Amino acid sequence: MNQQERRRYYRSLFRQNMRRRLLADKAMRVVVLAAVIVAIAPLASILFEVVRNGAAALSIEFLTAVPGAAGSGEGGIGPAIQGTFIVLGLASLLGVPVGVLSGIYLAEFGRGRLAQSVRFFTDVFMEFPSIVIGIFAFLAVVLVLGHFSLWAGAFALALIMFPIVSRTTEESLKMVPYTYREAGVALGLQRWVITLRVVVSAAKNGMVTGILLAVSRVGGETAPLLFTILGSSQFFGGFGSPMDALPLRIWTLSLLPYEEAQLHGWGAALVLIFIIMCINLAVRFFVLGEKTGFGAGGRVAFLRAMSRR
Amino acid sequence: MSRPRRTPLGDRAFRAACTLAGVFVLVVIALMVIELAAESWPIWERDGLGFIVKTDWNAVEGRESYGALPYIFGTLVTAGLAMAIGVPLSIGIAMFLSDAPSRVSGPLGFVVELLAAVPSVIYGLWGLFVFRGFFVDVVEDPLYRSLGEHVWFLDSRPFGLDILTASVILAIMIIPTVSAVSREIMRAVPQQQKEAAYMLGATRWEMFKLAVFPYSKTGLVGASILGLGRAVGETMAVTMLIGNAIGANAITETLFSPGQSIASILANEFAEATPGSLQVPALLGLALILLVVAMSINVVAHLLVTRMLRVREGAINN
Repeated sequence: MNQQERRRYYRSLFRQNMRRRLLADKAMRVVVLAAVIVAIAPLASILFEVVRNGAAALSIEFLTAVPGAAGSGEGGIGPAIQGTFIVLGLASLLGVPVGVLSGIYLAEFGRGRLAQSVRFFTDVFMEFPSIVIGIFAFLAVVLVLGHFSLWAGAFALALIMFPIVSRTTEESLKMVPYTYREAGVALGLQRWVITLRVVVSAAKNGMVTGILLAVSRVGGETAPLLFTILGSSQFFGGFGSPMDALPLRIWTLSLLPYEEAQLHGWGAALVLIFIIMCINLAVRFFVLGEKTGFGAGGRVAFLRAMSRR
Repeated sequence: MSRPRRTPLGDRAFRAACTLAGVFVLVVIALMVIELAAESWPIWERDGLGFIVKTDWNAVEGRESYGALPYIFGTLVTAGLAMAIGVPLSIGIAMFLSDAPSRVSGPLGFVVELLAAVPSVIYGLWGLFVFRGFFVDVVEDPLYRSLGEHVWFLDSRPFGLDILTASVILAIMIIPTVSAVSREIMRAVPQQQKEAAYMLGATRWEMFKLAVFPYSKTGLVGASILGLGRAVGETMAVTMLIGNAIGANAITETLFSPGQSIASILANEFAEATPGSLQVPALLGLALILLVVAMSINVVAHLLVTRMLRVREGAINN
């Protein structure tokens, strides 16, 4: 082969190789794009169906009345909406303080093997199957008190909330520059005053985000409520009695073989999604922007906190 | 001047309160395991490990017999299938999100994460009334018609409330988690590695093969296992779609027959179990198995993910 032929030969090899590589690249591009579309399609469909079917169910009566006879198409989900708010409030009262304190422990005092294992098991606990937590609440509260009650439901939800609050609080506190604490020490303040007045107030945004995320995450939980607040068709009648909640109502309605029940199920789903999306959107637009600058670990903790079980 | 010898009382009290709240999680986990083990003791006492391998489920008084195997089977099969479907899709999404310009990846990541905020029971509602019909017509029926005679696990008439439908819903539900964590992990790959790959003339796909995957392998495995842990414990949507077979029937030969997972049988039967019967300990035994399985999965996942992210933070500081 002379020089020119050899050059031509090499060039053809190169072209062939290049063609193959570019083809593989293009194919992967298509595959990846397809994956994105396949993943988004269900979300679009869920939102579309919930809004379309749910809007048909909405009315003042639907939002405020007690449920009518099964399949009659009358009545509404008033007690369920009330119950969701009450149980969420109660769960926050129980879960948030513990979560915040444990977050402070991890961020401010958390060194050594004990803190390491607390951090690790808080992460693991975040992923516990919620039905098991519900059963635990049944054993620990319902059996002990002798009846189904709001307390039991709130206890179960609080158990799901506090690890989320704890880890997001820790991440937020760690964002506060160390110099703030040193400034506090220089002023002669006690450690707990520094932590509560200086560090926590500087980290307020992140902490509120974490709490809201925990609330929105817990608001959609059904499994822990099945054996704790049980469900009911009456309005609030004391913390010691059973109560309804939106997720429970959706589940009950979906099991009924009537068109009207189905329609009410969609309506309840719309109300529930609306509440949860409001919290989520608020969090995203106000706090979770790029500016918060959480470290990778923190972002992952946040992201995991967002997901329901 | 000398340092004050004692830390002030307020500080000690505050520190103690915080430590107590921190240790709370350990106490709760220990209590859960102990409580479940103690309350389910009658079933372990009677059947021993036989409880795990028996297949019948009979609550008739005098002939009571309970076995966990069908539900363990259902849990593992649905979670495994969900992984097989969900993980490749999630990694595809993570690749797209980690490499797209932020004006595309921002809104898109937001949308994918919205999927995560939809409550499980709404997935169930949608699955039951919308997805099920679509899935039978478009996927299951054609599969059954064309391959049913040749492939044993496709050979039964699809009805929609079955293992495959439940698995697909599970896959949809784990995609947000797995893709969000995978994206963080892919972003943790140092930019220089990617640039080096491009500099060698790599195409984008080759850049992923050369620079991103080898670096993030561990973390991606961890992210997938995190998804597995979630799939194993998922209750409501699965209960609404898996068909709720009982006993030996729940060990199905085909993907198109109804099954039952541990979580779904707990949701279905726990409220109705007769107090004092052996059914309650049997169900609690199932809950204990679920707890142990889910906890082990999550421990492994967290070890992998944290290790990966720690490596990253180190790399950036250096």
